[in-house]
Amino acid sequence: MSNRGPVATHRSATGIPSGRLAIWWVVASEIFIFGGLISCFVLFKLNGTPGFEDASQTSVIAGAFNTFVLLTSSLTVVLAHAAIERGDRKKAFNFIWCTFGGGIVFLMVKIYEYSGKIISGHTITENLFWSFYYTMTGLHALHVIGGMAIMALISFDILKGYNFQRVELIGIYWHFVDLVWIFLFPLFYIANF
Amino acid sequence: MSEAATAEQTENHAEHHEELSFLYKYILPVDHKMIAMQYMFTGLIMAVIGGFFSYVFRMQLAFPGESIPLFGIVGPGEYNMLVTNHGTIMIFWVAMPVLIAAFGNFLIPLMCGCDDMVFPRLNRLSYQIFLVSALVLILSFFVKGGGFGGAWTAYPPLSSVPEFSLTDWGASLWVLAVALEFVSFLLGGINFVTTAMNARAPGMKMMDIPIAVWFIVIAVILFMASVGPLIAGAVMLFMDQRIGTTFFLPSGGGDPLLWEHLFWFFGHPEVYVVLLPTMGIVADIITVFSRKKLFGYRTILYTAFATGGLSFVVWAHHQFVAGIDPRMANVFVVTTVLISIPIAEMMFSYIATLYGGSIEYTTPMLWALSFLVAFLIGGVTGIYLGASAVDVYFHDSYFVLAHFHYTFFPITIIGMFAAITFWFPKMFGRMMNETLGKIHFWGTFIPFNCIFLPLFFLGLAGQHRRIYNYNHFPDLATEELQDIRVFATTSLIIMLLFQVVFLYNFFYSMFKGEKAPDNPWKANTLEWTVPSPPPHGNFKTLPTVYRGAYEYSVPGREMDYWPQNMPPDEK
Repeated sequence: MSNRGPVATHRSATGIPSGRLAIWWVVASEIFIFGGLISCFVLFKLNGTPGFEDASQTSVIAGAFNTFVLLTSSLTVVLAHAAIERGDRKKAFNFIWCTFGGGIVFLMVKIYEYSGKIISGHTITENLFWSFYYTMTGLHALHVIGGMAIMALISFDILKGYNFQRVELIGIYWHFVDLVWIFLFPLFYIANF
Repeated sequence: MSEAATAEQTENHAEHHEELSFLYKYILPVDHKMIAMQYMFTGLIMAVIGGFFSYVFRMQLAFPGESIPLFGIVGPGEYNMLVTNHGTIMIFWVAMPVLIAAFGNFLIPLMCGCDDMVFPRLNRLSYQIFLVSALVLILSFFVKGGGFGGAWTAYPPLSSVPEFSLTDWGASLWVLAVALEFVSFLLGGINFVTTAMNARAPGMKMMDIPIAVWFIVIAVILFMASVGPLIAGAVMLFMDQRIGTTFFLPSGGGDPLLWEHLFWFFGHPEVYVVLLPTMGIVADIITVFSRKKLFGYRTILYTAFATGGLSFVVWAHHQFVAGIDPRMANVFVVTTVLISIPIAEMMFSYIATLYGGSIEYTTPMLWALSFLVAFLIGGVTGIYLGASAVDVYFHDSYFVLAHFHYTFFPITIIGMFAAITFWFPKMFGRMMNETLGKIHFWGTFIPFNCIFLPLFFLGLAGQHRRIYNYNHFPDLATEELQDIRVFATTSLIIMLLFQVVFLYNFFYSMFKGEKAPDNPWKANTLEWTVPSPPPHGNFKTLPTVYRGAYEYSVPGREMDYWPQNMPPDEK
């Protein structure tokens, strides 16, 4: 008996493949989680809570570089998807690992940033700005790590020749992770708004 | 869809599976029916714990200062822990797992005509995370300081500062347990929604889906949308507790009111998350035992959407006296009163379904009907509370407590017994005993009213919540009021004793009950077309659906029901 799973997994009354439907529901739930945190941050800032001027203390260069890195990695995951649509397993595998590499670079910059800030005395308990900074970029980084882990796992399946649809699915997730960063960057790095 | 794909859709490969080992059948199942059982039994065990807590604190209220049998002396710390965890357990570890996870898991693939959930292994993972969450909560009772006692609402700074809560790790484990439960239901929700959207039998249009499935799916969507900000809040609370951040501490620039908003933004939709599955189950039970078409299927569906949408804009009615701007309170009064309209509409539709029907007073029907009666009282008293001026007096009084027990108890307990007595034959292949079922019903429903109806009057008399000993308040320590407390406690003891009847009926019938036919209730939905209990893979041949779920007593037909999968020309 093959490991195809139940008939339910392969049906599609809506016409949208179930995997894609599911990943969009995941993204929707995550939007509410990050949206909640972002709203709280914005409300505190608008309220004039002390400490929020510390957005000038984060390195805009590091933040902008990370934005560029994530955007590029979103490009490479799209290229992976395009490759697998053509049937080019090797190219798709390579592009997935390029995306993974982008994640590594992103995390290295974040480690550099965190260590620098902590040494300068900007710890998580210094004031509310830094509490939010570490919490939200930390949670985001955990999502980056999670995405990277999944990417690594599926890349081997791709090379072996099955579950091609998962490239698109991890791509959707990765775009979401990228999008969250696009919101975090101005909030935490660009002080005056 | 191609010819080959159509054949693939109906042919069921499940029969070719080898027999599973005990480990993979009972401990690590991917089969939705077994996962449903896991959720149900875990939920029932947690109900015993939550129920035990209510026994202890009600004994303390009736006989303050006495040593409670099976527990000991209840001091203020113990009392707070008991009421906090009673509420937390009943909502997150009883209502949600039994009504949504257990019955959702069991019913959705069967009622939709497919062989399992779309993601069986994700389903298994959801239960495993849920089990861990339950164990973490139970662990919190045994750490130094004991279980968390800051109320299920966990307002900071009481909940975020160990020096205030006096339950350092108890509070953090509580937050962790709740957060894990949220993750479990998010994962489970993805399965439910995807399965209901995509895995339906050929021919089953959206409007042919039974209301029970629709309502569980809508509830799960509501949950997925509302829980996000609270997960954010839980992370912040955990960090305030353990790392010393000040998200909710004014001294550090934070705001306790922020937690209240985050909590109730979830907390209010949450009550509809638990309400909708029960209302869906009740709709299906009522139609079967009225032998009559459900009145206003589409209307009921649209009002469920309206309720879901509105539920996101009523939350601050929990904060009328928290120091919010009274003008904002006005807005929430309007929305709160508005939300009663779609729910009232659902009740009217159910009553219209009953009207003129051939009513069969089986045990499930008694539960379903009593739900309507009790929930009506709960809902109407909610309108009183929704008027902010009235709430100024009633907030934090026993009036609120009676209101939410007149809603939560019907939702959780009555709904649970309705669903269990109705689907027991399908789940276990045997019939429950009707006489014992009726004894259990009356022995639960009458005492329930004897517990909570008097509590409205205690609230009117000014009795506030979360007080472990009213002897400390001379105005509330009158003989008259204390008599009411003793009466309520006595009724609770009686009600708990009658649950023994249920337990006996449940377990005896499971092994020695009369064997159940496929369709003992003569119902239309697809789960009644398969053997009781359903085999692995559910359907020998996956069904095609030709009509809606509520074609009862159709004129011109000999049978008074018309299964969804029966071809149109067949009698």
